[in-house]
Amino acid sequence: MRFPKLPNPGLDDRIPSHQELERMEKEEAGDRPKWDNKTQYMLTCVGFCVGLGNVWRFPYLCQSHGGGAFMIPFLILLVLEGIPLLHLEFAIGQRLRSGSVGVWTAINPYLTGVGVASLSVSFLVGMYYNTIIAWVMWYFFNSFQSPLPWSQCPVNANLTALVSECARSSPVDYFWYRDTLNTSASIGDSGGLQWWMVLCLLCAWLVLYVCCLRGIETTGKAVYITSTLPYVVLTIFLIRGLTLKGSLDGIKFLFTPDLNELMNPSTWLDAGAQVFYSFSLAFGGLISFSSYNSVHNNCEQDAVIISIINGFTSVYAATVIYSIIGFRATERFDDCLGGNILALLNAFSLPEGNITEGNYAESLQNLNGTFPEIVRGLNLKTCDLQTFLSQGVEGTGLAFIVFTEAITKMPVSPLWSILFFIMLFCLGLSTMFGSIEGVVVPLQDLNIFPKRWPKEAITGIVCLVSFIVALIFAQSSGNYWLALFDSFAGSIPLLVIAFCEMVAVVYIYGIDRFNKDIEFMIGHKPNIFWQVTWRFISPLIVLVIFIFYFITKVSSNVTYIAWNPSSADFPTLEVLEYPAWIYAIIFILAGIPSLLVPGMATFKLIQTCCCNKNVYRAEVDTVSAKVQMEIS
Amino acid sequence: MLVRILVLLYLAGAPALAQTLCQPNASNGYMVRISIKTALGNQAYEWNENEMFLFRATMAFAMRRYYETKTYNVDNIIVCDQTPRVSFWFVVTSPDNAAMLTPKADVEKAVSMSRNRINNAFLLTDRTLEFLGIDPTLVEPVNPNTPPWLIVFGVVIGAVCAGIIVMLVSSLLQKRRKEKGIVEDGQDEEDRQMKGVENGNILDGSYNRGFTDDDRFTKL
Repeated sequence: MRFPKLPNPGLDDRIPSHQELERMEKEEAGDRPKWDNKTQYMLTCVGFCVGLGNVWRFPYLCQSHGGGAFMIPFLILLVLEGIPLLHLEFAIGQRLRSGSVGVWTAINPYLTGVGVASLSVSFLVGMYYNTIIAWVMWYFFNSFQSPLPWSQCPVNANLTALVSECARSSPVDYFWYRDTLNTSASIGDSGGLQWWMVLCLLCAWLVLYVCCLRGIETTGKAVYITSTLPYVVLTIFLIRGLTLKGSLDGIKFLFTPDLNELMNPSTWLDAGAQVFYSFSLAFGGLISFSSYNSVHNNCEQDAVIISIINGFTSVYAATVIYSIIGFRATERFDDCLGGNILALLNAFSLPEGNITEGNYAESLQNLNGTFPEIVRGLNLKTCDLQTFLSQGVEGTGLAFIVFTEAITKMPVSPLWSILFFIMLFCLGLSTMFGSIEGVVVPLQDLNIFPKRWPKEAITGIVCLVSFIVALIFAQSSGNYWLALFDSFAGSIPLLVIAFCEMVAVVYIYGIDRFNKDIEFMIGHKPNIFWQVTWRFISPLIVLVIFIFYFITKVSSNVTYIAWNPSSADFPTLEVLEYPAWIYAIIFILAGIPSLLVPGMATFKLIQTCCCNKNVYRAEVDTVSAKVQMEIS
Repeated sequence: MLVRILVLLYLAGAPALAQTLCQPNASNGYMVRISIKTALGNQAYEWNENEMFLFRATMAFAMRRYYETKTYNVDNIIVCDQTPRVSFWFVVTSPDNAAMLTPKADVEKAVSMSRNRINNAFLLTDRTLEFLGIDPTLVEPVNPNTPPWLIVFGVVIGAVCAGIIVMLVSSLLQKRRKEKGIVEDGQDEEDRQMKGVENGNILDGSYNRGFTDDDRFTKL
């Protein structure tokens, strides 16, 4: 029984047949770029998938959703959602030998919108992702001095006291919010461009340009370093971390399972979302990368291997991060307890060493029994290690505040700082390679630029335009804009695109044809696992996540957190509501890429009806596909 | 005789006088708190009378250094209310008149001026040798002329720009070489046609001019 599919006339004319593929393979026809070797391809895909999210999103999710128990939904959804989607993108790219626009246009011209949506999401996400890399570079540049600039508060102008904003919060907070971002108090308050940030942004885009100049010819060489160095640094940090006091507490805290969390639906939804975003699906980059492979490359094996590497990296990075967080929490606890002990010694004029960590509790009890007023007047802080450990932070807060603070407490701080920020830089840069690929190749396919323009020029224009638009993030309010982009540009449109991809391949391209293609490419038909996941399970999971996200975002009051030194709760971040005009921006970020899918279809429909252009005439003239046929 | 009695009374009363001058929360006195174990750990020394003598001597030195003319002595530094914490109060009497106390502000300025020397005498720091009420002097931050981050930035940008230029130039050269190669191939084509090549196969045999295609060149 054939699996139901929608009518799709002219498909055979738009895509190369199996014989043509064999011929192209043998003759190496066409000037389509190719990977130098399989290692480059695997490293590039691993680099694209493994990014900053593995380091600063997954550990937070793990710790806040029941520690070791979070592994269960994560692994289940990795297998049911991540691997099938990955295999699908690899296979379709390898079969149709084209970037994202070329692939979806070849399947059905009305689906061009899916490719264009991928293009726009890659562009928007690439812009703000590279800004994070600019921040990482700023910290990297500032690591070449001892003591590190975020280890102590600066002194005010007349050398009488420490700067008030710093004294009330902490040196790391001050360095991040004031010295680095010079953040304003709200998103509406733009505050002008910060020249040091503009320089770092320029540096980030130039480095990206030099690595992506000639497409995979240059990125293929760069990934030897950018994809492997993070693992080396993580291992160094693991060894260093394990020798520090308190690191094992952190790891124990991370992995202690709380199975009750499995009953909470948001645990499963967060796990699903994390798997989805962690694989960089629906950006179009993976389709592009796999289209440079030879036709008979085993994409099924690649998908499984890369998924396993991605999952392993998440867990490994979580271990390293939490060993260092455990160290920091222990330091904070020791400082807190030390402060209390000192206060007691000073108040009662007891000799040093009379109260230690060991007898603190009973000493406090004794003193409280005899002199309760004095003890109360000291305002002793409650020091609880678990509280310090569960100050779970994610995102930029983890890297630039929590981790940097931990680094300042380690001996030879500049070395650890340099290593850490090189690792973040490599993680981010290798993800950007995929983003740029997902922008440049569709632009070439859409013939936006004249064909004879070299790839260097197109990449240069993309980088230049992205840099200019990304200057938004170099303002004082840049941090808030970035959080906005992160919440909306990189979430809902990707889910829509992924869902459309699966529907397109299974129902429009035809799962039976797809199975035959895979049999042609790797030698055996995909087994029952792939069939079930592609047809039902994965689309269902993506749909559920999308509905949940949509409802949550639409129904909740959209707020953001701001750093406002004049607020009452300072240094706690202030929760502000977005101004009304932000909703227009949110619509542009999330709505327009998603609406491009039906929008382009409608556009092509109008073209067919009004201009009497037969869309099914094979007008697939994409540079990346090199299939030029006309049926007369 | 009367003079001797007065001298005896004075000598007897001086310590008592001194004691009344130095009191906890005295208006012209400061409290000192010393945390030797915190600062030195295993190498901590014990606080005893000799150390106290050194403190008084150091304070006298600080007062001398500040005033530059008055000669303060160890006797001018009076200490009281010692606790096991190691904390105590001290007052400074004027060298001219043992009953008069040096004002608080002057003592503060003298201590601030010689703080480093006082700390080093005891192998302590501003935090572990506290003068309650006298803020530790804040170290003026070292401000290099070029911030160090700009130097690293300059190095990285220079390397990246050099890389971009090298790669663009090499791309251009490659393209020029390719174009030259194609032009030369084109000229070969013409030569081969002149020599009667058909379908890429060079024909053997004698060359019959009758069949050459030189209409291209001569037009009647």
